[in-house]
Amino acid sequence: MKVTFKIWRQEGPKDKGEIKTYEVDGLTEDMSFLEALDHLNELLVLKNENVIAFEYDCREGICGQCGVFINGRAHGPHDNITTCQLHMRSFNDGDTIVVEPWLAASFPVIKDLIVDRSAFDRIIEQGAFISAKTGTAAEANAILIGREVADKAMDVAACIGCGACVATCKNASASLFTAAKINHLNSLPQGKPEASKRVLEMTKQMELEGFGSCTFTGACEVECPEGISIINIAEMNARRSKAKWLS
Amino acid sequence: MKLDSKIPKGKLEDKWRNYQVNSQLINPANKKKLSIIVVGSGLSGAGAASTLAELGYDVKCFCYQDSARRAHSVAAQGGINAAKNYQHDGDSVYRMFYDTLKGGDYRSREANTYRLAELSAPLIDHFVQQGVPFAREYGGTLVNRSFGGVQVQRTFYARGQTGQQLLLAAYSQLYKMVRAKKVEMFPRSEMLDLVVIDGKAKGIIVRDLVNGDLKRFAADAVVLATGGYSRVFRLSTLAIGCNGSAIWKAHKKGALFAAPSFTQIHPTALPQSSETQSKLTLMSESLRNDGRIWVPKQKRDTRRANEIPEDERDYYLERRYPSFGNLAPRDIASRAAKERIDAGFGVGKLKNAVYLDFKFAIERFGLKTIKDRYGNLFTMYKKITGVDAYKEPMKISPAAHFSMGGLWVDYELMTTIQGLYAIGECNFSDHGANRLGANSLLQASIDGYFILPNTINNYLASEIQTDHPNTDHPKFEKAEKETKKHIERILAINGTKTVDHFHRNLGKIMWQECAMSRNKLGLERAIEQIKEIKNQFWSDVKITGHEKEMNTELEKALRLADFIELSILMCTDALQREESCGAHFREEFQTEDGEALRKDNEYSYVSAWQYDNGSFKLHKETLEFEFVKPSVRNYK
Repeated sequence: MKVTFKIWRQEGPKDKGEIKTYEVDGLTEDMSFLEALDHLNELLVLKNENVIAFEYDCREGICGQCGVFINGRAHGPHDNITTCQLHMRSFNDGDTIVVEPWLAASFPVIKDLIVDRSAFDRIIEQGAFISAKTGTAAEANAILIGREVADKAMDVAACIGCGACVATCKNASASLFTAAKINHLNSLPQGKPEASKRVLEMTKQMELEGFGSCTFTGACEVECPEGISIINIAEMNARRSKAKWLS
Repeated sequence: MKLDSKIPKGKLEDKWRNYQVNSQLINPANKKKLSIIVVGSGLSGAGAASTLAELGYDVKCFCYQDSARRAHSVAAQGGINAAKNYQHDGDSVYRMFYDTLKGGDYRSREANTYRLAELSAPLIDHFVQQGVPFAREYGGTLVNRSFGGVQVQRTFYARGQTGQQLLLAAYSQLYKMVRAKKVEMFPRSEMLDLVVIDGKAKGIIVRDLVNGDLKRFAADAVVLATGGYSRVFRLSTLAIGCNGSAIWKAHKKGALFAAPSFTQIHPTALPQSSETQSKLTLMSESLRNDGRIWVPKQKRDTRRANEIPEDERDYYLERRYPSFGNLAPRDIASRAAKERIDAGFGVGKLKNAVYLDFKFAIERFGLKTIKDRYGNLFTMYKKITGVDAYKEPMKISPAAHFSMGGLWVDYELMTTIQGLYAIGECNFSDHGANRLGANSLLQASIDGYFILPNTINNYLASEIQTDHPNTDHPKFEKAEKETKKHIERILAINGTKTVDHFHRNLGKIMWQECAMSRNKLGLERAIEQIKEIKNQFWSDVKITGHEKEMNTELEKALRLADFIELSILMCTDALQREESCGAHFREEFQTEDGEALRKDNEYSYVSAWQYDNGSFKLHKETLEFEFVKPSVRNYK
């Protein structure tokens, strides 16, 4: 299988980037998309060129480290997958594939396809935790949590923090990411004591980081590898309004 | 060298309490003056960093990923064991201890294994408190399922994403302490050397992966929480960045390496489909609760799975191990698969797989129940293979998965270098020669949250009086200079082959000779071949770009250089141990029906290897079985 890659190359955060074209032969349909990039990088080394910097780690869709725009879509042509789960069988022999980094002011490019997503860590830092210290827990079954509540919390706790929601949003909003974490903890009894503080401080940090507002286009939930629903943003907003009103 | 495991006196159930009663304490005012470096931010690293910070220590935590949340603990699927006996099925701390010791084929310490079981129940309490959404019954209580090598239900889980949920809880707790300014976090930072001053670990040399700068960090103690090294096989279930460099550097600075060849090969990963593949995706062991494993009775059968009638299927695990069946421990299940595949009964394009079939479970429990239990795993299977496993069986194959071996540690989790600790998968302690499923999240968490924060005081208490280390010390100067030279040397080779080329060759040799089944000739040959790879690597590798920038090829090359050396030690260890135990199966030592033949009279010890200028010297820590009499492991 042979494809033409058009890939964003950028030396460093302050350098100007450009799209470069690479013809790549010798690919197979069973290869993952990232393995195709590995293959291209080996060819570049042998031609004495610098490799394309791109992110990955687990390569099984759970660590959230990978993520690029492929032909204009976050994580490629399919709904609800990560870049590492995309395989070359999704393309045709002879295709041209355009690969770009996440595009959002709050995710500055570090090099080529790698962006800085530390803004997510700083949102987490503002309250995505239960303050109790190690060693202070009561017997686990002393806290009863109905199955529906636990399942709903798990649906949002599943967020892998890849940033596709931000990248695909025309406002570069981090609302889906932030809502997922807030709704996970605030819907559980363990999260209740700090619920108001959590929603207020995390959403404040989200805005301080320069992420845009949500205008409910629904683009994020299409790309989210965990299929987290946009309803969660409405829920977060309701929690936030309530917390503001009470404070 | 006399290896002192520092096992406390007393009855098995009193040892940990006795240890804590006699351990030295440090008052809160003094804790503030002590600093600790934690390398790695997975379950053990993040758990340790946050808990040590809560106790008042000044903590610096490093990881190579862009965020602590990516650490590979995130990928553990099936669950975490705890002796809660919530299912009222006869479980207890003692039974969990016994299962783990037996599962490890009696090659771990009784006292460590008992402590693992003892601290499992409070760990579940801890994670529930931290908001982990474990699976629940309608009435609100916690649910359990079974895992391999066990006849009770003691595994807690959060769908097929248990590792992710535990890691995110640990990561959140870590960032709580970042916010409190008690932890300073250094992502995209890789430890390249350990600094030892007067025999004590006092700091590390780190490469900033964004700009390539080498940096020095000093502390009163160093904790390695850097995970497993099964990427030595290249194809494994591990993340691509997982590496053995930190522990290898520590080994070269004097830390003994224990049981390096004890590697778990997981029976249920997705099979390799091509030469260029970079990764073998794991399918959780929990699937074996309801899935049945089989191969066709006819060799090289070309029919589709669903076309093969029931009486032409060989459910070989149920046939060979009727009492444990599909839930036989991992080493046994993997070897049994290899046996069938090697005999010509493998399925799939490359004939390297076996079937994992849910037909019966779907008939019995209904599609909805199976979807509830494993939905995300079936979805993942479909994303990767394009096949709907609700309609036809999954194809699975064994893959390198977990390192039981690692840096030798005593009961306090301290290595043979004073002030250097190893926690989680990077140490050798609790799993013996084979780890039971759902015990790795457990061990990582317990090491980080409960054990280390209680044992590190015992060392640091004596460090309050000594001078705090300074990065101007000549030992820092020297370590940084050597690291710089090492990097320059590797870049200067400018040969003709890529890093991946050498890694593929290394992986093939290791998979062939030092994985599921080993023999003397093969291991001797492997050592020679790896030495040759080492020579070729150091004369012909090509890396483009330079050291003062983000350079992913350079990162890979530095990790591979260490893997090559480590793999020689792994083969040396496998060659020296002339018995079969757990995952270490020497073909020369097996029973008539192909089971592992353990030799307790000669090999009931932990092999701890000392680095000596390129060769390795063996030290033995004899395993004393005071409470359980080792027996032949039987799952039939």
